[in-house]
Amino acid sequence: MEEYDESGPEVVKRFMYVNRRAPYGTIYALECLEVVLVAAAFDQDISVVFMDDGVYQLKKNQDTTGIGMKNFSKTFGALEDYGVEKIYVEKESLDARGLSAGDLVIPVEVLAAVDLSEIMARQDVVISS
Amino acid sequence: MKFGILINEGPFTHQASDSAYRFAEAVLARGHEIYRVFFYHDGVYNSNRLSQPQTDDRNLVALWSKLGTEHGIDLVVCVGAALRRGVKDEVLAEGFRISGLGQLVEAGIQADRLVVFGD
Amino acid sequence: MSPMLHLINKSPFERTALDSCLRLAKPGSSILLIEDGVYAALGKAAHAGKIAGRMEDFSFYVLGPDVAARGLSDAALIEGIAVVDYAGFVDLVAEHHVTQSWL
Repeated sequence: MEEYDESGPEVVKRFMYVNRRAPYGTIYALECLEVVLVAAAFDQDISVVFMDDGVYQLKKNQDTTGIGMKNFSKTFGALEDYGVEKIYVEKESLDARGLSAGDLVIPVEVLAAVDLSEIMARQDVVISS
Repeated sequence: MKFGILINEGPFTHQASDSAYRFAEAVLARGHEIYRVFFYHDGVYNSNRLSQPQTDDRNLVALWSKLGTEHGIDLVVCVGAALRRGVKDEVLAEGFRISGLGQLVEAGIQADRLVVFGD
Repeated sequence: MSPMLHLINKSPFERTALDSCLRLAKPGSSILLIEDGVYAALGKAAHAGKIAGRMEDFSFYVLGPDVAARGLSDAALIEGIAVVDYAGFVDLVAEHHVTQSWL
């Protein structure tokens, strides 16, 4: 499991954004992504978690033309450009939905709940929506 | 200790705003400070002064407005979430201001604790 | 570092918030049930075992005003769950390093 570098003086706090909701049915996923993109401009230690139905946000091949909503799954690809590199997906959530890392739009770190739990416990701020 | 509060739901449909309000009162009663209350998602509706509940019901917009002005609490409504829901400066109750999402991140940095209320 | 405080505000009959929290929370953490989350604290309900079986791992709390509002009595709660008021809620947040809401 990844260890955090605590030496950088610019690292003030560890922020974790937790996504547990599917896209489109409600606006939470989209607006949470908007927070993450803004948060990336601050010199903080950011991680983004997808678990429970939140893993559906990252599903490949989303086509929203028939529902008239913006397909924001394409934006996840920009996270890396924004410097957001700690993207965690809970393995148990993927397994329960018959998904694997290959079904997702971006490369992520798939973690077992017990390992994700350790990272969660080290945060300073946890934001969920 | 400095507290930050994030409210993700509007008044009445969900209990979130009520819970956050009771919590905010208790924070102050305990001698702590509220650095900022940030209203996001449908939470932006908590700032709409056009809200007019029945007279025997609590008026959450008025309660937040009063708490904010009396205690000098920064009540920030997310501009992006507000505009897409038609919440603009001209309908803001006293004590609220509209600003960017950076204010939420900053609250997370500056406050000792951030508590999220939502659905 | 002090342990985390987890907030659950939904009934276990409706959402997976409690299950997910119990799966991800580190032993030693505290869990506070508020709003519809208080239904998870009922000793005779089908989900009671989920909390009763984890008493050694977590400290469980329930927000009293939400219990009373729903016509439930403290006596009906799973043994070992502590009832707090809003002041106690604030104290719990202050005592824990970080609070996570399982929305």
